[in-house]
Amino acid sequence: MGTRVFGEPVRRREDGRLLTGRGRYLDDLGRDALAAAFVRSPHAHARITDIDVSEALDVDGLVAVYTFEDLPGRIGERLPLLIPHPALTHGRTGYPLARDVVRHVGEPVAMVVARDRYLAEDAAERVRVDYEPLPAVVGIEAASRAERLVHDDVPGNVGAVLVQETGDAAAAIRAAPHVLEFRLAIERSASMPLEGRGVYARWDADDGSLRVYSSTQASTGVRAAIAARLGLPTGKVEVIAPDVGGGFGVKIVHPWPEEILVPWAARLLDREIKWTEDRREHFVSAAHERGQLQDVRVGFDGDGRVLGLDVRIRHDHGAYTPYGIIIPIVTSTQLLGPYKIGAYRAEVVSLYTNTLIVTPYRGAGRPQGVFCMERTMDRIARHLGLDRADVRAANLIQPDEFPYDQGLTFQDGRPLIYDSGDYPELLRKAKAMIGWDGFGAERAAAASRGRRLGIGLGVYVEGTGVGPYEGGHVEIDTAGRVHVSTGLTSQGQGHETVFAQIAAAELGVPIGDVHVTTGDTRRFGYAVGTFASRAAVMSGNAIALACRKVRDKALRIAAEALEADPRDLDITDGVVHVRGDVSAAVPLRTVAVLSNPLRYAFDEETARATQFAVGRPVTEPPIAAGEEPGLEGRDYYSPVRSTFAAGAHAAVVEVDPDTAEIAILRYAVVHDCGRLINPMVVEGQIHGGVAQGIGGALYERMAYDESGQLLNASFMDFLMPYATEIPRIRTGHLETPSPLNPLGIKGAGEAGVIPVSAVIASAVEDAEGVRVDAMPLSPDALHTLRQRAAADPSLIVRAE
Amino acid sequence: MKPPPFGYRAPVTLDEALDALAARPSGKVLAGGQSLIPLLNMRLAAPPELVDINRVAELDTLHVGDGGVRVGALARHTRVERSAAAAAVQPLLRRALRHVAHPVIRNRGTVVGSLAHADPAAELPAVLAVLDGTVDAASTRGRRTIPAADFFVGPLEPALEPGELAVSAYFPAAPPRTGTAFMETARRHGDYAIAGVAAVVTLDDDLRVSAARAGYLGISATPLVLDLTGAAGPHGDWTAAAAHVRDTVDPVADIHAGAAYRRHLTGVLTERALKRAAAEALRKAED
Repeated sequence: MGTRVFGEPVRRREDGRLLTGRGRYLDDLGRDALAAAFVRSPHAHARITDIDVSEALDVDGLVAVYTFEDLPGRIGERLPLLIPHPALTHGRTGYPLARDVVRHVGEPVAMVVARDRYLAEDAAERVRVDYEPLPAVVGIEAASRAERLVHDDVPGNVGAVLVQETGDAAAAIRAAPHVLEFRLAIERSASMPLEGRGVYARWDADDGSLRVYSSTQASTGVRAAIAARLGLPTGKVEVIAPDVGGGFGVKIVHPWPEEILVPWAARLLDREIKWTEDRREHFVSAAHERGQLQDVRVGFDGDGRVLGLDVRIRHDHGAYTPYGIIIPIVTSTQLLGPYKIGAYRAEVVSLYTNTLIVTPYRGAGRPQGVFCMERTMDRIARHLGLDRADVRAANLIQPDEFPYDQGLTFQDGRPLIYDSGDYPELLRKAKAMIGWDGFGAERAAAASRGRRLGIGLGVYVEGTGVGPYEGGHVEIDTAGRVHVSTGLTSQGQGHETVFAQIAAAELGVPIGDVHVTTGDTRRFGYAVGTFASRAAVMSGNAIALACRKVRDKALRIAAEALEADPRDLDITDGVVHVRGDVSAAVPLRTVAVLSNPLRYAFDEETARATQFAVGRPVTEPPIAAGEEPGLEGRDYYSPVRSTFAAGAHAAVVEVDPDTAEIAILRYAVVHDCGRLINPMVVEGQIHGGVAQGIGGALYERMAYDESGQLLNASFMDFLMPYATEIPRIRTGHLETPSPLNPLGIKGAGEAGVIPVSAVIASAVEDAEGVRVDAMPLSPDALHTLRQRAAADPSLIVRAE
Repeated sequence: MKPPPFGYRAPVTLDEALDALAARPSGKVLAGGQSLIPLLNMRLAAPPELVDINRVAELDTLHVGDGGVRVGALARHTRVERSAAAAAVQPLLRRALRHVAHPVIRNRGTVVGSLAHADPAAELPAVLAVLDGTVDAASTRGRRTIPAADFFVGPLEPALEPGELAVSAYFPAAPPRTGTAFMETARRHGDYAIAGVAAVVTLDDDLRVSAARAGYLGISATPLVLDLTGAAGPHGDWTAAAAHVRDTVDPVADIHAGAAYRRHLTGVLTERALKRAAAEALRKAED
C-alpha cells in the first residue's frame, strides 16, 4: 500500500457538511411536494366499525384520503415478513393501512394527502374512525398468561419457540456442585434517531419511472419492495438514502407502510408527495426493542466454572413480526459471550402483545444476552465469595483456542464459530484501566467520607459483518478523481471517511481525491443494507477488492504507456511510476484517459486518447480482448460467516445513600474490532454506543399502561440521556485481525452499547450490596430495592 | 406535530395587547413560547388567537429595589439569572433559575410566563410562593395585584381572568439574617424535578431560628408552602423538620417516580436545603 491512511485517525470528512447545517436530510428535499399525514389508531386493540372521511373533505387544500378499502391489488397486501424462520410458526404482519382490526396504538388507519403538512394534519383530525375496543395484551406476563389474544389465530400469543442447545444442560446442572436459579428483566427502549423516518416520491409519468428518497438503512431493499408492490421493473425505480440523521436499527425495517403508500399515491396522483415522520408518530409507529424476561438456571464448580446453563427467554415482539425473530436468536447465541460454557440450552418464546413492533436497535438482542450472562457471572462470584473478574477469567476462551465453535447457529444461519480474539487480555486491560485491583482502598476511603462507591465490569462478544454480501464500485475519472460507491447506506457513521481511507490506501492516491457515495441505487444496485455492525467489514472489503482490480488495470495500461513491466510499477500520490524511478511516470488521470479509446476529443487531455494519438498496434483492436473501456472496477465481498469482535467495559459508580441517585464516576472500554481503519471513528462509535447503553441502564423505558397506551411518548418523558448524563469514557484498543476477510477487520458500530446495562448493574449491586435483577435502574427503583432488602435479607449480596 | 389554525396578533404597546385580549378573551398570550408552542404543536391546545407580546417593549423590564425584585412579563430567565443586583437582593431567584431547563430554553422563556403557566413541577411558582411574592395582572378593566397564595389555583391554572395579562411579578427581598437554598432532584440535568424545595431560614438577634419556610415543587397540584419554624424549633432541628414534612406531604405518583419515593426524597431535600439555608443565614448574621 502507498499513502499511509489506513489505521490513521483521519478527521471525518462528512463533518464539515453535517455540522454546519449543509446536510441534506429527507425533509430538506421536496419543498413543493404535497404532504402526507396519517390517521393512527388511538387504541391498542380494537375493531374498526366505520370510517367517515366526509368532514376531512371540507379542509381547503386536501388532495386525497385513503383507507384500506382504497388500496388496490398488491398495495393492500399484508406487509412482507422480511426474515422467515422455521421456528417462527406463527409469523404475522400488518397491512399498510389497518384492515378491520388495529393491534397497537399508532397503527396507520388512513392516509391524508394535502397541500402542506399543517392542512394534512387538520384533515387527519377530521377523519372519524369508529372503534369497538377489544381487550389489550400488554407486557410479557400478560402475553404468557394468554387470557386474551393479540391474533385470534395465534394460540397462547406465541409467535415462535426456538431451542438452541449444545450438550445436555439439564444433566450438567443436576450434576454440578452449585446451582443458582433466578429471573432477570429488561425494559423496552428504542433506537430513537434524531431524524425520524421519511419518504419523498417523484413519479415521472412520461418515463414511467419513480424516484424515491427514503430515510432508510436499506435503499436497495426499499427499491425491490416498491417495484414489486407497484408492479414496476426494478430499473424504473430508484431509491436514494440522502443524509440520514441516525438509524440505530429502526430504519433497517422495510418496506414501512409509508414506503409503499407514498410512492403509490405519488404515481396515482401524478404529484410529488412527501411524508416526514414527527416525533410523536415515531414513538408509536416505528419500532421498539429490548423487552425480555429471562429465567436462568446455572450449575458451576467451586472455581466458578460454568458446567451447565439453561435460559428460558421470553421475548416481547409486539403486535407483528416483520423482522422475524432475529433479536431473540441473537440474544440466545451471543449470551455465551467470551466464555466456554460446559452445556447450554436456550429456549426462546417470542410473544405477541398489543404494543408497537419490536425490531433491532443497536445491539439487537446482545445487551439482553450479555446482561444475562454477566449477571450470572456476578451471582456465581457472590455465591462462592470469589472476585468477579476471577470468575470470568476462569471461564474465558483462551487465545490458542480459535477458531472456537460454540456449537450453535448464529443469526445468519451459519455456525457460531469465533474467528479470533484475546479475551484474557481484554479483561486484564479493562481491570487496569478502571483500577480494579486497588478499588478496595478507594471504596474504603470514600466510605469514610460518607460516600458509597461500587465497581462493575462486563465482557462480551459481538458477531459482526453478517452476509450475504456487499459490493463496491471504483472509478478513476480523467481529472484523477476517484469515485467510490457502495450500495449500503450511511446514517452518520463516518463511511465517507473510512471508505475513502481504504480506497486511498489501496490505490495510492491522496484521500482528498476520493469521493464516496452510499445508499444510492443509481450508483450501485446490489446491496443488503447497514445493520449488524457490517458496513466496514462488508463494503470496506468489497471496496478494497474493487480497488485492487482498478489498480491492476491502471498498472497494465500504464505499463504499456511507459513501456515497462506492470510488476515494476507502483502508485504514489496518484501517479503510476516505475518503482525507484519517479521520472518514468504517468498520472492516474492520464491512465484514465488512455483506458477509454476515443474518436472525439474535447480537450487536450482527451486528445491523447483519440484514434490517431494512441499507440496501440494497428493489428489489434483498440480495446484488448477481455478489457473494458474506463478505469473502473467492481467487486463483491461475501463472507462464509460472521467475524466476532469483543470488548470489556468497566465502571465505577457512586450512589447517593439518601436520594438513591446514581452517578457514573469513571467508565473504561477496551475494544477489539480487528485491524482499525480509523481509531477516532471507532472511538466515536463507542462513545455513542456507551451513551445509548447508559440510557438503557438508567433512564429509558416505554411506559405502557395496562390498556396499551404509551404514557411517555415525547422527549420530555422518554428520558434519553443528555451529554450531562454521560461520563468521560476512556477507550483502549486491542487488534486481533480477523482471518476471514482481506482487510482483517471486524465491526464496531454496536459495540459500545452492548454490555453497559450489565456493567452498571454490577457496579450498583457492588455499591449497594443489594441484588439488581432488572434494568433500567431509576432512583425510585433503587430506593424501592433498598426498602425491600431491608425487609428481605435474601436480597442482600455477599461482599467479595 | 403542526398546530391547528390560529389567529395571530402582535401588539407593540401594553394597551394594544390588552385590547387584543379583550377582543378575544379566549386567546392565549405568547411570550417565550417554551411551553405554549409544544402544546400547540401537539394539538393539546387550540386557542383561537395568539397575542404575541414579544414586541411590547414596556414589558421587557427588570427592576431591583431594596424591597425586592420586580420582573416584567418579557424579561427572559437568563436576564434575571445573570442579574447580580437581583441575586444580591433575593438570591433564591438565581439559585432556582439555574435549575430551569437548559440555557437555550432560559434564553427564550420568561419568568412571568413560567408563573402564568402554573406548572406545579416548575421552579419559579415554588419560589414566588415561599417568598410570598405577588403577580400584577392588567386588563382593559384595570390592574390588580394577586398574592402568590391566591395565584396558583390548580395545575396549569393561574388566577387570571379572561382578557387579563400577567404584566409583572414581584419577589420580595430576603430580610436580614436570612439564608436561602434551592434543591431539586431531576431524572436528567434540566428536567422537571421529581421533587424540589426552596428553603428560607431567618435567624433572630440571638441566632435562634425565627422563621423557617419551605416551598415545594413536583409533589402537589399547586406549589406547597410549609412553615417549619415550629417543627425545627429555635435551635434548628432540621431532621425533625424533615420528618414533619415527610409526615405532612401527600405526593402524587407519575411515570418517573412513585409517591413513596417522592415522600422520602422530599424529606431528604428538606433537611439538606434547610441546613444550607441556615448556614447561610448564620454567615450573614455574623458578618
